[in-house]
Amino acid sequence: MTTAWIADFLDQLEARGIPAREAPAPGLAPARLVQVDAADWGRLAHAARDFECRWVAGWGEDGGDDLLVNACFEKDGAYLVARAAVKRAAPTLPSHAPYYPAADRPERHTRDMLGIVFHDHPDARRWTRHQAWKDTEYPLRQDFPVAGNRPAQTPPDDGYGFLRAQGAGVYEIPVGPVHAGIIEPGHFRFQAVGEMVLNLEERLGYVHKGIEKIAAGRDAAGLARLAGRVSGDSTVAHAWAACMALERAAGVKPPPRAIGLRALMAERERVANHLGDIGAICNDVSFTFGFYQFGRLREEWTRLSRSAFGHRFMMDRVIPGGVAADLDVQAAAAMERQIVSLRNELGGLFNILDDLPSLEDRLDTTGYLDPATAKALGALGYVGHASGVAFDVRRDAAYPPYDALKVEAPVFKYGDVAARVKVRARETLASLNIIETLLARLPEGPIGAAWKAPAAGAEGLGLTEGFRGECLAYVRFDENGRIARYFPRDPSWLTWPALEILIRDNIVPDFPVCNKSVNGSYSGHDL
Amino acid sequence: MLRILGKIQRIGVVTEPLPKIEEPALAEVGAQIKACVGELFGGSLAIRQVDAGSCNGCELEIHALNNPYYGIERFGVHFVASPRHADMLLVTGPVSRHMEAALRRTYDATPEPKLVIAVGECGANGGEFGVSYASCGAVTNVIPVDAVIRGCPPTPLDLMRGILEAIGKQSSR
Ligand code: SF4
Repeated sequence: MTTAWIADFLDQLEARGIPAREAPAPGLAPARLVQVDAADWGRLAHAARDFECRWVAGWGEDGGDDLLVNACFEKDGAYLVARAAVKRAAPTLPSHAPYYPAADRPERHTRDMLGIVFHDHPDARRWTRHQAWKDTEYPLRQDFPVAGNRPAQTPPDDGYGFLRAQGAGVYEIPVGPVHAGIIEPGHFRFQAVGEMVLNLEERLGYVHKGIEKIAAGRDAAGLARLAGRVSGDSTVAHAWAACMALERAAGVKPPPRAIGLRALMAERERVANHLGDIGAICNDVSFTFGFYQFGRLREEWTRLSRSAFGHRFMMDRVIPGGVAADLDVQAAAAMERQIVSLRNELGGLFNILDDLPSLEDRLDTTGYLDPATAKALGALGYVGHASGVAFDVRRDAAYPPYDALKVEAPVFKYGDVAARVKVRARETLASLNIIETLLARLPEGPIGAAWKAPAAGAEGLGLTEGFRGECLAYVRFDENGRIARYFPRDPSWLTWPALEILIRDNIVPDFPVCNKSVNGSYSGHDL
Repeated sequence: MLRILGKIQRIGVVTEPLPKIEEPALAEVGAQIKACVGELFGGSLAIRQVDAGSCNGCELEIHALNNPYYGIERFGVHFVASPRHADMLLVTGPVSRHMEAALRRTYDATPEPKLVIAVGECGANGGEFGVSYASCGAVTNVIPVDAVIRGCPPTPLDLMRGILEAIGKQSSR
């Protein structure tokens, strides 16, 4: 990580006539905070793009008279949060979307939730809002009641203006929100000619369940529970990010053993998801042998997580100040044994996957995402890694205990489903190594530090690497030591748009495998 | 191909006999289920799973029912792609307001006789999310529910037990 660029960037802003004030923000550290005038918001993004910063996340907040807008950038592993205030009476400012496609949906979300208008945003359509609240209501404003002003029954959301394609032989396939498999709900609108996909448009927001709103007023422990349910498959990653943010805001330091155990759980979560998804990808191309083998390995893995930590997904095991479950010597020994046998089995299975002609036929060149597009979209995790974007928080913005570990992040450039599978296979093996090191070095001592609520207005930022990539959590406390604002940014925000692009020119029957190879979280995105 | 066959032979069958499940009564339920499914559903119970707002945790465990350890298909239970083919809806999540209409429509599209099971703490009572501007809470707030499987998420064994019990209840009506 190097923060050197931030000083240059601030100089650059000054040179462009953009007044930027760096403000102290101990809870955000190591990220830094700059405040800019709302009128300069768009030019700030322009400068950041010229500086080759990555657009990480954007969120808003009701600050009383003012509404606050935040955007987080990253370069060389150093994070910068920019903030602007707009008047509640006229909450308008320029958009980042003209410079960063990644900002498109987050800004529409902010508009739907807070009524902040990004006036030159290229897409005027709503995003998160369907029909559960009116376009004149903003759930994240403080005067909006948690219960809302609901109609007796929420009407279906027809009337969203999908892009249309015209021409001889072009037809449309609407899919969802209820899908054919055991999978989360969302809507996909395909335009196709014959079997070929011309265009895909995603319509998400179906599992919006008010996470940001119902976070307000919770205590720290309650927030960690909620964070662990932003996306159930990433419960450890999100709970850890939230706890990191809470702890930085409150100046609480989790003891070294707790940190080691958090990483152990996070790596177990990564392996479980990779195993399950590699199996599911095999299933989507009718290679049921792979489906059952990887399903079996995932189940064995999950069972040991349960006997070690008391929960198959380790939900509610990361808590403010530490962890809720210690690891005994038997469980640690069982993990070591399991890794030896798993590594052995995976060696054989990956070899089979590697040179099976039918898999090669279905996965190679399918769902191609070119490196330039992946970079422009800010794609994360295995989607980014398969298309040349190498960022991994554990290595590039290392947080304890990863700052003392060697993290391998495999990168490929050929960008297809096969590459995404390969990244996940390599990451699985790398995680096994990390777990072994963690077990060997696990410090003795307590697994939690006492919680103390911070002063009113204290804010914190947490960043972890989940199995999908970087998970961000922002928190701010109110005057009673409770949560005033929680914003979690799942990596899926940045990989869903990639799916729309990589599916083009593929055949409709390959959509399931392309979708699974990206495996965006609906829940983590819809909030 | 030889390697695949070799692997299959070495691993053998990992599917667990039901009596192994912690609860002794389940051995009996296991025997009953085939009979019930046979009697009520012509030998096969078709389940349509509906995620009505879940965090996806419950779905992961429902998926696990199809892994070789649980192998729920051996009881004649399988998951289908359309509510029109289904005997049972397995509904997760607090029902988000945005999924409310879709859930009602799915329910209406399922032919009678049908069973509805609400899955997870969220499906049972709203869980961490409760009732809000965005969430209707429990599944029963939106469509009629016959049985509930608690847990966050319920384990695959809880799910199996719950599905079996719901069928048992139905057959003793
Ligand atoms: S019951 Fe738990 S696992 Fe299931 S949807 Fe609710 S929070 Fe997620």
